[in-house]
Amino acid sequence: MKDADKKRLLREMIFFRRFEDRTFEAYMERKIGGFLHLYSGQEAVATGVLEMANVGQGDKNDYVITGYRDHVHAIKTGAPAREVMAELYGKETGSSKGRGGSMHIFDASQNFMGGYALVGQPFPLAAGLALACKHKGTKQIAICFLGDGANNQGTFHETMNMASIWNLPVLFVCENNGYAIGTHIDRSTAQLDQYKRVDTAYNMKSSQHEGMDIENVLPAAKAAIDYVRNEQKPYFIEFMTYRFRGHSMSDAKGYRSKEEEAEWEKRDPIKIFSKKLIDAGVVTAKDIKAMEKEIDNEIENDIIKFAEEGPEPRIEDLNKYVLDDNPDPRWIGPLQK
Amino acid sequence: MAEIAYWEAIRRAHDEEMARDPMVIAMGEDIGVAGGTYKATAGLYDKYGESRIIDCPISENSYTGIGIGASMAGMRPVIEIMSINFALLALDTIVNAAAKIRYMSGGQIACPIVMRTPGGTAHQLAAQHSARLARMFMSTSGLRVVTPRGPLDAYGMLKSAIRSNDPVIIIEHEQMYNLKEEIPDEEFFRPLEGAEVIREGTDITLIGYNYSVHLCLEAAKRLEADGVSAEVIDLRSLKPIDRETIRESVEKTHKVVVAEEDEAPVGVGSEIITGIMEDCFFALDSQPVRVHAADVPVPYNYKLEKAAIPNADDVYHGALKALGKI
Repeated sequence: MKDADKKRLLREMIFFRRFEDRTFEAYMERKIGGFLHLYSGQEAVATGVLEMANVGQGDKNDYVITGYRDHVHAIKTGAPAREVMAELYGKETGSSKGRGGSMHIFDASQNFMGGYALVGQPFPLAAGLALACKHKGTKQIAICFLGDGANNQGTFHETMNMASIWNLPVLFVCENNGYAIGTHIDRSTAQLDQYKRVDTAYNMKSSQHEGMDIENVLPAAKAAIDYVRNEQKPYFIEFMTYRFRGHSMSDAKGYRSKEEEAEWEKRDPIKIFSKKLIDAGVVTAKDIKAMEKEIDNEIENDIIKFAEEGPEPRIEDLNKYVLDDNPDPRWIGPLQK
Repeated sequence: MAEIAYWEAIRRAHDEEMARDPMVIAMGEDIGVAGGTYKATAGLYDKYGESRIIDCPISENSYTGIGIGASMAGMRPVIEIMSINFALLALDTIVNAAAKIRYMSGGQIACPIVMRTPGGTAHQLAAQHSARLARMFMSTSGLRVVTPRGPLDAYGMLKSAIRSNDPVIIIEHEQMYNLKEEIPDEEFFRPLEGAEVIREGTDITLIGYNYSVHLCLEAAKRLEADGVSAEVIDLRSLKPIDRETIRESVEKTHKVVVAEEDEAPVGVGSEIITGIMEDCFFALDSQPVRVHAADVPVPYNYKLEKAAIPNADDVYHGALKALGKI
């Protein structure tokens, strides 16, 4: 990978961290409502995996789908960050026109097929997107990001089975952060290594990787994506990671120790990659400071401004988008009497 | 015109739509190699192959979800759920995903799936194979729910459902798959919306949907012998409901009976009668009557099952009550 790309990836990860931190502030100011689940700590996974996928190219993109911790996945797939922020603000200019909120970011123009609040629901949807790719013969694949907690849903088992028997081009990315909401994995899950739950059980290729160092994520993701695209078969890839914040904003993190958090913070993906790039002479500490300043400027003067200034949806449009708003009367009616 | 059975009508609609549009696929348990529990896809596996007539493992929630995911990327899946009881396993993907994705995405993504499933009692199938559940789906925003009463609608509404851009639940009935009706040989469509007056009358309105339409027609014949002219409305669509056709009829007859095979609480009858109260209360000459199943899990024993489920005689007596004759 070229130095310029490494530098860009570091900038992206810092941007994602700052973006999430800024949503935290806006939430405390009550400018953002509902539930808010932040991605801080796990940046190396989405950034690294999607760097190796086809993203940012509009309808040529691979299909990406995830759970409710979805802001970063959406932006890295190609959704404009200002539209994601405007969605959190509930604005008409938001990614989902203010109808979805934090947990339901969509950008169909970039094949970002949504964030979902039902844990495990995206498994079959992802397999269906992959089925469509295979059917059309486009060589696109579907990429599904979910946490370890999702793997205890029935949809996990049902979908792994069908993805395998039908050879669907779907990459399941398990972001194993060790917690299903507030329950530690060793209290909720019989098999702690998630990748082992699909290999013999569903005859699917799988692997496990350290997920805090993006330089571990990138080659592992590339191999998995190449396999899915070229072999037209599913792959399950597990990254060991950690979320620095609570499950959502209402989470006081009473279920984990300060010592554990401190241990993982030493493995902060941004610190790891910053140090590596400084040591290799790709960037200097001063460059990173400048980068941070530039990012904060962008967030404040472009992204937050766009979100603040955007119009609210009109009450008159409450009933739009429930069903097709311009249906063909031949199929829908009314019935001719 | 040729007389064909309900299952043949569904099969023909599948065949024509699959021949026309390569994005149309069918998914379900035993629909391919085995030919389909109700023969709705008989012979199509040989014609279209395993990539378009997809035999699914017994995983209702996730194969329905796979169909929904495929529809989000432009495909037109028709999903057969062998019994509406099993659709309960797929409620998450139907209600939380298919019904909501268009809205949650601000209109960006449609889910044009069709889910076909028989909902009704047959012969001593007991509690877990006799659910009706129309009321559960008709209460969900973002879905269309239709109930074809015979081959004409079974064919014409399935074709419309496949072409519409909305998620459509088609509720069929185990006792109707062999029902025959003459339908045109050339292609036609029947719209998904709109109730239909299928027998005109002046003295009382009998409202049914799905199988209960036939109970209403039978009751209407008996009433005719008594000198009572009964109008019969087939609701056809339970979501949305065509309140205008109901209002017009009630304003003419001033009396109404709603026949539903399901239990009464929070059901089709409650919804229809509430609509009548709101739309044309002062047109009524007598209290509306609901004819419905007993509020029990459907029993196995033949006599108990018969006692639990409404029949034409019950509709007839419901009409006599509305007419003030009993």
